[in-house]
Amino acid sequence: MAFRPDHEIHRRRFSRNLGLGLTLMGFVVLVFALTVVKVTRGDPMQAFDHVLRPELLPAAPATPGATP
Amino acid sequence: MTDTTTIQTREAGFGDYVALLKPRVMSLVVFTALVGLLVAPVSLHPVEAFAAILFIALGAGASGALNMWYDADIDAVMRRTRSRPIPTGRVEAGEALAVGLALSGISVVMLALSTNLMAAALLAFTIFFYAVVYSHWLKRSTPKNMVSGGAAGASPPMIGWVAATGSLSVEACLMFGLIFMWTPPHFWALALFMKDDYHTAGVPMLTVTHGRRVTRTHVWAYTLALVPVSLWAALSGIGGPFTLAGAVVLNALFLAGAWRVRARDEAVAEADGYTVEKRLFRFSLAYLFLHFGMFLAEAGLRPFGLGGW
Repeated sequence: MAFRPDHEIHRRRFSRNLGLGLTLMGFVVLVFALTVVKVTRGDPMQAFDHVLRPELLPAAPATPGATP
Repeated sequence: MTDTTTIQTREAGFGDYVALLKPRVMSLVVFTALVGLLVAPVSLHPVEAFAAILFIALGAGASGALNMWYDADIDAVMRRTRSRPIPTGRVEAGEALAVGLALSGISVVMLALSTNLMAAALLAFTIFFYAVVYSHWLKRSTPKNMVSGGAAGASPPMIGWVAATGSLSVEACLMFGLIFMWTPPHFWALALFMKDDYHTAGVPMLTVTHGRRVTRTHVWAYTLALVPVSLWAALSGIGGPFTLAGAVVLNALFLAGAWRVRARDEAVAEADGYTVEKRLFRFSLAYLFLHFGMFLAEAGLRPFGLGGW
């Protein structure tokens, strides 16, 4: 039971809160979906992280006669 | 709780913030960006494509909010814009600025993350161009403001294309050129029947600075200049025989309408309530919609061996 009838301001405030809440939820879902897509399609997801990662280096052309 | 009126002006509903983003302009942005993205030779994953369109539209909305913040003084004077959120006091000017800046940042960063840096850079430049170069510098200083403003409105299909392919191409530039050349006759036709508005606001619209006779000639001249761009686009990689045939018809109709507008006397136009000008304005909207629809149809027919050259 409402103690007092809602003021018009409360309705507008509710519309704003609801709208923002739904927008944020939608954003979270979108970022999650994007992450799943990018990871499963194998896009390069690594970057320099203070240690050398050989798999990030561009492939060097094979030189004949070079010793490993 | 002494002053309810001040409180009321400070409490905007969600719809008021949506109105800041100019939803009607956004719908055209969504459509043209979607066409640019779908006609590109590289196809994105549907989720990436959805994100790209969403953030291009959001960026356009953000620049709309920035424009409303800067133009609140003229919007309050003009009949067409008087009911926008800031002039009516539903949203404060500072809030509109904050929304515009925040959404600009979000849209550019998210477009970069979901597609590529080049598309994000183009979006950032478009927002800057519309909010600063057009709204700040040109709109109130030159009667050719429409021509420059068109550059911002013309970029969505180009950004859509770049989001898919990662680089610019002739086709992307032609889609840009098509909207860019279409904007002046479209808006000048509007200015002809939205008579006193720009006058009262002191915006140097061509109708105000050079008179209505000159504006009519300009509508005709810019429509003439639009035709080669449209035909070139129809002959390019995104066009095909179907698009070319459609473009010829659409351009003939646009030219005929523009010629009628040019040939009319101001007294005659005023007597019949600007029917010809209003018809040209409505036709120009259909022209752009159908033209991009044809590019899309051409791309849709390609898998069946029908579309394209």
